[in-house]
Amino acid sequence: MSETDIIARMLPVFQEVFDDDSLTITPSMSSEDIEDWDSLSNVRLIIAVERAFGVRIKASEVAQLDNVGSLADLVAQKLAAGTKA
Amino acid sequence: MTVGTAHLSWLPEAPADFTRRLKDLDRAAPDFGAALQRLAAARLNLNQATSLGRRIEARLADKGKLDPFPSLKLAILSNGTITLAAGGIQAAALRHGVATQVRCAEYELATHVALAGDPEISAFAPDLVLLALDHRGLPFDRMVAGEPVKPIVEEVIGHLRMLQDGVKRNFGVPVVFQTLATPPAALFGNFDIRLGGTWRSVISALNAAIVDLAVVEGGYLLDVSGLVERVGSENWFDEPQWLAHKVPFQLDMAPAYADYVGRLLGAVRGRSRKCLVLDLDNTLWGGAIGDEGLSGIVLGQGSADGEAFLAVQKMALALRERGVALAVCSKNDDANARQPFRSHPDMLLKEEHISVFQANWVDKATNLEAIAKTLNIGLDALVFLDDNPAERGHVRMALPMVAIPEVGADPSTYAWTIQAAGYFDAVVFSAEDKRRADQYAAEAQRVAVMSQAREMGDYLSELAMVIHFAPFDPVGRSRIAQLINKSNQFNLTSRRYTEAQVAALEGDTALYTMQVRLRDRFGDSGMIGVIVARPSDHAGEPAFDIDSWLMSCRVLGRKVEAAMLSELVEAARASGARWLIGRYLPTPKNGMVRDHYAKLGFTLAEELPSGECVWQLDLTLFSAEELPMAVERVMKAAA
Repeated sequence: MSETDIIARMLPVFQEVFDDDSLTITPSMSSEDIEDWDSLSNVRLIIAVERAFGVRIKASEVAQLDNVGSLADLVAQKLAAGTKA
Repeated sequence: MTVGTAHLSWLPEAPADFTRRLKDLDRAAPDFGAALQRLAAARLNLNQATSLGRRIEARLADKGKLDPFPSLKLAILSNGTITLAAGGIQAAALRHGVATQVRCAEYELATHVALAGDPEISAFAPDLVLLALDHRGLPFDRMVAGEPVKPIVEEVIGHLRMLQDGVKRNFGVPVVFQTLATPPAALFGNFDIRLGGTWRSVISALNAAIVDLAVVEGGYLLDVSGLVERVGSENWFDEPQWLAHKVPFQLDMAPAYADYVGRLLGAVRGRSRKCLVLDLDNTLWGGAIGDEGLSGIVLGQGSADGEAFLAVQKMALALRERGVALAVCSKNDDANARQPFRSHPDMLLKEEHISVFQANWVDKATNLEAIAKTLNIGLDALVFLDDNPAERGHVRMALPMVAIPEVGADPSTYAWTIQAAGYFDAVVFSAEDKRRADQYAAEAQRVAVMSQAREMGDYLSELAMVIHFAPFDPVGRSRIAQLINKSNQFNLTSRRYTEAQVAALEGDTALYTMQVRLRDRFGDSGMIGVIVARPSDHAGEPAFDIDSWLMSCRVLGRKVEAAMLSELVEAARASGARWLIGRYLPTPKNGMVRDHYAKLGFTLAEELPSGECVWQLDLTLFSAEELPMAVERVMKAAA
């Protein structure tokens, strides 16, 4: 799955977590750009993303994310690793 | 759907367009609160619940109330990030009838706020303070395996009492104590439970002491230990999330935790339900009493289903003994419905236990209204247990404030479901409560309801029914024979045919046969109707004579009769008939179809001394009514 595909599949997750169905996301977007994106909603976001893609993201990995694109890349890596295994 | 408290499996699924529906609610509408509660009554994930909680918060912050619900302000002091569950608690509280605002103080702040006060929480002016603390937020540091339990318990209780005293001093309100879940840790294994200073022995003693503390101090209790026993401590605790974000439990469990808080707040505000309304056929016993008769229904020891229905009755009786009123709401003839209560040896429930007994053919929503009115309680005090998904769907649409648990077809889960769903939670229990069920005035009384009181049209079109017609065939044969031999109530002529005779009817090219199936968005009802007709003549003109017409009572009031008639009329016309002839042969059980043909527009041609009535329909005058369902049809293969 490409980053674009993953971001497309992430969109409804973001919309649900941030309670905004007009929300759009791009790879360069970060918590600066979404008003309700704080450390608490980030926990809900990560867990919702884990569930949507069937992956598990470690706290140390979360700490290194800086935007939507890096989250999508991380999910892509995990999906690829999962397929190989 | 997995049955279980972790999934709140008794709640109906959230609508697929939940977010849209929530957004589209009209805040200015007088029924905004009721509409919000309707959404809160569904099985929401944490994000959905958080969105809904935000709407409640905004309304309460703005207007101070959300009609028609009482309000409550809850402050939560926690050693974890309980804020993540705050919206879930608001949604769950609304599900249980309370409009709630929540403020949280977390980590080290919890102790500080309790002991030193906090201007923000004081300004919030809570009605209750929940001490949401687990074993990681209480002083267990001196716990040593093999050492006595008592000093540790005393130290923790002392700490909790100190927090409570601080809350009372600073905010002047009662606290809610939580019992503690035992973490899934073992030093030895089997031996832990008999050794002091292990989690197993200490928390077990501590929980008993917390209960005493709440009783002595007049605090409330949130039984987290009981919840975690249900869902399992290995599902409850989530070490990675705890270490990363201090999330106190696995977030998937947040809706269950929130519901436990919600039902407690409901009980605090006096919003617990008061009456359990029971369907009869396939809810209190197996099978249809009107069709199978007293000896045919399944109830009692010796079969899995029979014992499951006994368990439902036992649960209902136990609830009655603690003050919950019981009522009956069933589509049946009153006399048939009462028969098991009077003379079935395995029935635990008797007529004297039932405060209002509504068995008739009027829609269930109307009967539930009559029950609430008779008991002088609100519709929001009713819980309705019914095995039939279409009935549940109908009542939910008409009366969203009635609590209706989702149950599957297997009765073994029914008793559990009613007890797990927290409808009847309480914060006190007095001698008077015990007598309450008796005080619900007249027993087993029946209340008149207006027939056809409810506008059914919208409901039927929302059901998205699909009716399926086919001639008799080998696949349907045994079910056709079963319907022909078992249907007693909706059966115009009660002619019985064996399976071999049904096979012969299949092959008879002179005959017209019809088997009818029905499905809708709530499920597949399977085969529910049968017609056998043969060409004949009527006063010298070609006619179609209906030999048998029978239907399952489960699909009454769904326009199935009208659809079957349209289908039959087309076949009759195609064969060149001018008349359709129907007969009603009265039996002790089929009184409900006495006027069947009159309702469909037939006129009475003849009444014989035997009581047999012959009805005729002029096919040149008949025009089919519009049907609230899609039609599928299989044509008879050419002979």
